Amino acid sequence: MCGTCGCASEIEHGHGHGRTVPLEVDVLAKNDGLAAANRAEFARRGIVVLNLMSSPGSGKTTLLERTVRSLGAELPVCVLEGDQETVLDADRIGAAGARVVQINTGAGCHLDAGMVARALPVLAPADGSVVFVENVGNLVCPALFDLGERARVVIMSVTEGADKPLKYPHMFRTADLVLLNKIDLLPYVDFDVAAFVDAARRARPGVAVLQVSATRGDGLDTWYAWVRVARREIVASVAPRS
Amino acid sequence: MHELAITESIVAAVTERMPGTPVRRVHLSIGRLSGVVPDAVRFCFDLVTAGTPLEGAVLEIDEPGGSVMCRRCAAEFDTDEVLALCPCGSADVELLRGQELRVRSVEVVA
Repeated sequence: MCGTCGCASEIEHGHGHGRTVPLEVDVLAKNDGLAAANRAEFARRGIVVLNLMSSPGSGKTTLLERTVRSLGAELPVCVLEGDQETVLDADRIGAAGARVVQINTGAGCHLDAGMVARALPVLAPADGSVVFVENVGNLVCPALFDLGERARVVIMSVTEGADKPLKYPHMFRTADLVLLNKIDLLPYVDFDVAAFVDAARRARPGVAVLQVSATRGDGLDTWYAWVRVARREIVASVAPRS
Repeated sequence: MHELAITESIVAAVTERMPGTPVRRVHLSIGRLSGVVPDAVRFCFDLVTAGTPLEGAVLEIDEPGGSVMCRRCAAEFDTDEVLALCPCGSADVELLRGQELRVRSVEVVA
């Protein structure tokens, strides 16, 4: 309590103060509102949106290139690419054969629901599409911003530390699926897979961890099966039009 | 540094609700499990408020502690760890409090 005026302030402040206006506003309410609108739109149109998050260099883009080539013939697949700068990743995804829109965040370290809402009409995914959102490479900031996604997929590679889930708990505790990438490199690096799985489940009890190599192809059939199930669920939940 | 975007959201939340009103003080709650660092918000605040009705306002932040409930044994306990471990050994806990990220109130010229 302020000793001078008896107000609730715990720090020194100027007196002859003004009027206190209670606001009680959730700081993320605007983003969460936009995310809810995105989610409702995706549900109505049977579009499954997967938010892919990882540190830079975990192999997100390589995984997506391969996923687009493998699933593109069977499912309508498109990609929202988030990076601070350049259209390099969008060029790679486009070359792999998917519709893609690049979002450059400039100084921003994450995508937010408004950016996704603005990019969506440009991407113009068909009803029943799978939209992969490649978030900005960063294990911290994207965790706080709901995009309206169906599921969060966190990707880690074996060239990173197995204790990352404990160091970046906000990211891993909301993961719906964890992909451990670059397992073709396991013979050459000191990475304890069991310790990593334990750490991931400490952050998100029971989370599925798929071991994959986006370059060699290990484990990708399981990943594709997971994507198909996610899509089937959302398409099945769309109410038939009368 | 998501605190820059968070601080921009704080300023937007205030100016949208009281457009054009000079604000002298902003009172925030940033829970200890929110993933937002109060010092980083303080760092961004002067930068973000420059040229807005919040310029020069005093920033007051309280940091409520966290509490969780174990999904296995239903025990509730206080913690400031995001990955809290229940005394029963389970890591499967639900966050109850400490994730707040709110603008509580502002003080305007009377």
